[in-house]
Amino acid sequence: MAMSSRALSLLFAVSVIAACGGKAAPEQPAPSGTTNSDAATRARQDSIDAANRARAEADARDRADRDRMAREAADRGAHDRGSVLEQLATMIHFDYDKADVQEADNQVLDLKAGILSANPAVRLRVSGHADERGSDEYNLAIGNRRAAAAKRYLVNKGVDAARIEVISYGEERPLDPGHDEAAYTKNRRAEFEVIAGGDNLVAPR
Amino acid sequence: MRTGASWAAAFVAALAITWSAALQAQDTTHTIDQGVRVGITYTAGVRPSIVVLPARGIDSALAILSRDLDNSDRFEVINLAQGDAAGPKLPSAAWNSGPNPTPINYSLYRTLGADYGVEVVPDQSGAVVRLHDLKAGAVRREQKMTLPTPDTPDFRMSVHRMADEVVRWATGTPGIAATRVAYVANKRVYRVDGDGADLVAVTPSTDEALSPAWSPDGQRLAYTQFVGGHGAIVVVSLGSGARTTVPTTNRDLNITPSFAPDGKTLAFARSNEDGTDIYSADVLAGCCVQRLTVGRFADNLSPTYSPDGRRIAFVSTRAGLPQIYVMAADGTDQELLAPFDYGVTGSSNAPEWSPDGASVIFHREVSRSPQLFVLDIASHRVRQLTSAGRNEDATWAPDGRHLAFVSDRSGRKQLWIIDTETGRIRQLTFAGGVRLPAWSRRLAGTAAGSTQ
Repeated sequence: MAMSSRALSLLFAVSVIAACGGKAAPEQPAPSGTTNSDAATRARQDSIDAANRARAEADARDRADRDRMAREAADRGAHDRGSVLEQLATMIHFDYDKADVQEADNQVLDLKAGILSANPAVRLRVSGHADERGSDEYNLAIGNRRAAAAKRYLVNKGVDAARIEVISYGEERPLDPGHDEAAYTKNRRAEFEVIAGGDNLVAPR
Repeated sequence: MRTGASWAAAFVAALAITWSAALQAQDTTHTIDQGVRVGITYTAGVRPSIVVLPARGIDSALAILSRDLDNSDRFEVINLAQGDAAGPKLPSAAWNSGPNPTPINYSLYRTLGADYGVEVVPDQSGAVVRLHDLKAGAVRREQKMTLPTPDTPDFRMSVHRMADEVVRWATGTPGIAATRVAYVANKRVYRVDGDGADLVAVTPSTDEALSPAWSPDGQRLAYTQFVGGHGAIVVVSLGSGARTTVPTTNRDLNITPSFAPDGKTLAFARSNEDGTDIYSADVLAGCCVQRLTVGRFADNLSPTYSPDGRRIAFVSTRAGLPQIYVMAADGTDQELLAPFDYGVTGSSNAPEWSPDGASVIFHREVSRSPQLFVLDIASHRVRQLTSAGRNEDATWAPDGRHLAFVSDRSGRKQLWIIDTETGRIRQLTFAGGVRLPAWSRRLAGTAAGSTQ
């Protein structure tokens, strides 16, 4: 049992690394004819490179922010009902066009799994969300997949599947109405709502 | 009668108008989607020119008719100036009015450079519509048609049908004016005539609706009624307003409905924790739900039937990112439809099979921006149609050559119409936040969808 769950988290780690690897790769093909030394082509490539760098930096910043938030949530400890509820409700985030749980969010979900096993009456509703960029209709499917991925993680940690409901809002409920990378990063998320058994919550031992 | 000098002036004005229209059209083609080839190049003068002959008392009908002919993209439409406005004018002798109209003065109209003239002669119960071949100096076709008064609900659709017939008489293929486009704005489904007029809300403001889809007869619309992260597929009868929920869609999230050509089978996708998969149901009998895909770790959605009803193109994530696949209507023989380069090609979504069956339109992300692509079914070759701004969720007109699509090229997301043969583009909606359009087939002579 312990073996299989370690194997599973390893699998998750691998998939996250794969995702990161894909992201770091250059998104534009290198200019082919460098010999023609076309200044315009070079300038264009430079601006693309700059944009890619800026995006990578923004992504790294966001990831660092999320890590910090997750650490802080963990550090605060689960001493009262308020913080237990808060930990249950902490969102997780996703890469563009991806529905895998990110390694940075494992800790957030592990806390939820602990709370759920200490409070067997609690039922959760997980809603998946997307940023506005993808296809409107496909975003409903990827939102669903994100919520389902969060649920699967918790079920793999021993939570009864019947206690978790999965829904999707696609891009219909943005957290941040902005149209920039920062807004998109916030909006690609899964939210967790306690729908039953939320009174008399206890912290895991 | 006018003098020769004023005639010459009118002729020059007519030339100027035709010329400036041609320039504008070329300009549109080149600035909006620079560097993108769309079928044949739009060359001024290749299309026949047409003029709607003036007639007293039916100005609004003639204005709609003239605009419909222009929107068909099959003619150069010559607009005659009204009153004191600038533009070519005709001498009073050319006017055709009264119960005993004077015969058409063909030589006068020929000086405008027009190939065709459309004459509408209203009478007690409608109008006689004549298509004159001005070069030959003869009536090409004439027919008695209905023309209600402008205050009746079916007035605009009647004129649209008149225009579609005229296009058919002149070109062999009917126009696309007697159609409507349904779309989503402010969480409601609206429908609007193909010329952008007569906007009507279809769903109540209390509902949150997505993804409208027309029945083939244009009498019903299916859509997703979105409630709290769940969604039912609802079919509304536009005549009576009656709503029915497709069986089994009251649970989970049911999206992307699409009618089969038989008008009774509806395909849709259902999302739940097992993923997203395509189902079909008989919406007339309210039964017979069938699962068509078993995704396991992939999503399958956005079904669209081939016009013979035998195949369904759809979106699947089985290879990672969403791409366009095809299967038999019973879910067997699933295979890739639009080729892509693994790890290179962006997400592809929102396929719609063309009414002639020859192609499938969809959008594909290019540098994280969706652009329209058209897939040729016979050759499996894919051609990019747009490149300026974000362009997505295209839907075919019944002529299989025009597309309505969502674009942010003017700033906010609006519906635009592109003629894939000429590249000519026009804007259909002007209020912001418009998405998920669906173009109806030609609407028959009943009051289909004309109720409020």
